[in-house]
Amino acid sequence: MIAVAAGANRIDPYIIPALDGVAYGLLVFVAAAGLVFCFGVANILNLAHGTLYAIGGYTAAALLDGGWLSLALALAVGVLAAAAAGVLLAGLLTPVATGNHLTQALLTFGVALAGGSLLVAGFGPDDPQVRVPAALDGSVVVAGHRYAAYRLVFIVVAAVIATALYLTVRRTRAGMLVRAAVDDPEMVACMGVSPGRIRAGVLAAAGALAGAAGVLGAPIIGPGADTADTVLLLSLVVVVLGGLGSMAGTLLAALAIGEIQTLGVALLPSAAPFLLFAAMAAVLAARARGLATSWRAT
Amino acid sequence: MMDEVIRRVRRSVAALVLVGLVVAPWVVDDYTAAILARTLALALVGVSVALLTGVAGMPTLGQTAPYAAGAYACAVVGSQISDVGVVQLVVAAGAGAVLAALTVPLVVPARGVIVLMITLAICELVVTVLGRWRSVTGGTDGLAGIAAVRPFWGLPALASDQARYLYTLVVVATLVGAVLLLLRTRVGLVLRAGRDDETRLRASGHRVPLYLSGAHILAGAIAGAAGSLLVVAQQYISPADFGFDTSALLLLGVVIGGTASVGGALVGAALVIAVRDWLFGVLPGHAPLVLGVLFVATVYLLPSGVKRVRGPRDRSQPPTVPPSRPDATPARDHATVPELRA
Amino acid sequence: MTCLLQAQDVSVRYGSLAALTGVDLCVHDGQRHALIGPNGAGKTTLLNVIGGSTKPQRGSVRFAGRNVGRLGPAARARRGINRIHQRPAVFPTLTATENVVVAALPRVIRRRRWWPGGTRRTAQHRAGSLLEQMGLADVAAVPAGHLAHGQRRQLEIAMALAGRPRLLLLDEPAAGLSATEVGRLVDLLRALPRAVAVLLVEHRLDLVYALSDTVTVLRDGRTLAAGTPDEIRTSPLVRQAYADGVS
Repeated sequence: MIAVAAGANRIDPYIIPALDGVAYGLLVFVAAAGLVFCFGVANILNLAHGTLYAIGGYTAAALLDGGWLSLALALAVGVLAAAAAGVLLAGLLTPVATGNHLTQALLTFGVALAGGSLLVAGFGPDDPQVRVPAALDGSVVVAGHRYAAYRLVFIVVAAVIATALYLTVRRTRAGMLVRAAVDDPEMVACMGVSPGRIRAGVLAAAGALAGAAGVLGAPIIGPGADTADTVLLLSLVVVVLGGLGSMAGTLLAALAIGEIQTLGVALLPSAAPFLLFAAMAAVLAARARGLATSWRAT
Repeated sequence: MMDEVIRRVRRSVAALVLVGLVVAPWVVDDYTAAILARTLALALVGVSVALLTGVAGMPTLGQTAPYAAGAYACAVVGSQISDVGVVQLVVAAGAGAVLAALTVPLVVPARGVIVLMITLAICELVVTVLGRWRSVTGGTDGLAGIAAVRPFWGLPALASDQARYLYTLVVVATLVGAVLLLLRTRVGLVLRAGRDDETRLRASGHRVPLYLSGAHILAGAIAGAAGSLLVVAQQYISPADFGFDTSALLLLGVVIGGTASVGGALVGAALVIAVRDWLFGVLPGHAPLVLGVLFVATVYLLPSGVKRVRGPRDRSQPPTVPPSRPDATPARDHATVPELRA
Repeated sequence: MTCLLQAQDVSVRYGSLAALTGVDLCVHDGQRHALIGPNGAGKTTLLNVIGGSTKPQRGSVRFAGRNVGRLGPAARARRGINRIHQRPAVFPTLTATENVVVAALPRVIRRRRWWPGGTRRTAQHRAGSLLEQMGLADVAAVPAGHLAHGQRRQLEIAMALAGRPRLLLLDEPAAGLSATEVGRLVDLLRALPRAVAVLLVEHRLDLVYALSDTVTVLRDGRTLAAGTPDEIRTSPLVRQAYADGVS
């Protein structure tokens, strides 16, 4: 009896960080999925990906007023705006489409710089407040702890998005093309679809994902001057850890990062700054061979 | 035709910049001299970027990581152990090399745009660590009040911005000269061969991963030494000095300079950084926007600088063979190649 | 007499396709050994297994008495297995001389590790004489990417020889060459020192008979026959295989 109680106590303080980690991880997953998609299918390293997320975040901050309707509106506007920004980016990339990846990455960085500046000019330099729907503003009791209701609902919604994404990639024709393109980048070129349209479609889809993540995740990783950088970094680490091969790998990597950023910090506060590094090193060392091979295959 | 014009433009710009660098301390005020010294330090980081991107074929966005390691190591040594410049340089270069060596397993097996991605992640992680490791780095506030450096035992401390600038200039010139000499030896030859066709280089019996690791560590040491120069120039450092926007600016500078050319990288990086500093001075608030637009415009204007050369790679090899590094094959500019040729 | 190169029971599968099934091969010191067979017989795959760029699912490769099965192409090259590819593989932005110098360096470095100036000079010297031997002296300063196909082929042979190989793997060296160039190639290969063993994959049987002293015939990934050129020429089995396999 006593041992059980002691055990429960030992675990107890970590339930909330662990739950936070799941929310954080799922958010990172939805955001990173766009980057993976963009990189795997169109072979573009999109350094403006974080900016697409920030568009969603700022939209949420501007439109949310505590009602459900405003959330739906923000989601629609955020997704559309970020997707449109993705198409714009694809258009800007057209003149250098035949160049190398270095040029394309540099171009997307220029766009990120300008886009971030425009966002700050439009929404102000201070990190804006985000108001979640009033019904979700309170907290619920989870295993004896109070926990933000919004985060709990977010976990469910993000899980639904992740499942939908999985089913789309696994079961639909478009998803099949995506998988084929990741496996064999040259194949898409042989299908007779113009590369410009593929680029536009891929960047629009990546933008939509990032925008949705930005709106729904605004109460978790809120809009601000550093948002774009943070999201880009987390997405990159997800790609490095999870590879491009499978959605499951991406999801696992994202959840791992979520837990490291929350549970890891709670468990080992002094080592917190190095945990992401250590995780990257550990995963890469564990599958150095396999990863190297799969990278080369890309 | 276009190539010829670009070559001429590059040469005259390079000559102008070099002359300007030498006469600068006598014609500008203290503040500008300090800014110029910092620009020189960053240009040296640009040289390390060129070494990796252009010469070894590993495009990198992560050289600010060893740069930061060198700077912080130098700051800690400078305020607690020694104010001798040579000692600080060696410590900083060592710190950069160690960080680069630690990241070799992450970087060297990867190719092409994946290297960009991994190095960028490393760079961002280092900045995150700098911001959080308060006991050593001072967190986001950074480290300030670092004692003025004396170049060598027995020499007086460098009290003026002009003196610190000249110290920076001498160190940069020495290190760049050493890199140029190194590239004229067989090391440079083998690195260029590997960029052309890695599989072929292996087939001749060369230990390619060894060379790439060596290049990565050397570039880390150079960037680390540049970090020490930053400390000398600013006497203050914070994580903001090492963000990934700096990496991207340096990469752009290196591409402008011709990617494979060390001198071009030095000048290109210095120009890009100077434009950034100038923009932030005249347009506070809107500088990133203008800089971003300039970035895009520059990328559009570099048709020959970004031309891609593919090594022959398809030799009907089975799928288990790692292909050569086509993506890594960087922009190659014939205008700047002879500089590196022995 | 023991084999310089001994491949035993080598099997390679790509998915459901069996490229090689239980192939044995023995190449003696200084031998001129030819591998022939119809398209898809597994000749290039066998060269890849020997060169180290393909790992077989089963079987062993021994070279000079040591198991080299776990070594990659670079390590095998350092031990003396050099290769010429179907499409000439040269470093396009390096000059012809630099190409040969790069290829010569691993061997030279081994000998004179502690003589930094000497290694390059030695390699440079060797490159000069090899280019001369290949008739490439007047294009020594031209970037390899600007050379004609035939010249690139000769350059690649010079590069392979620069590594001082004990075994030279030639994968269809005559492909894409003009008649004169083929003639020069035959002269070149005939003039190779006897210290170098040659394993030649070639479609043109006239070249095979002109250059080799032993022939192994592969078909559908298995050894069909082996013997002297005369034996192979008259073997009904081989005629049958070629009649079936070559359209």
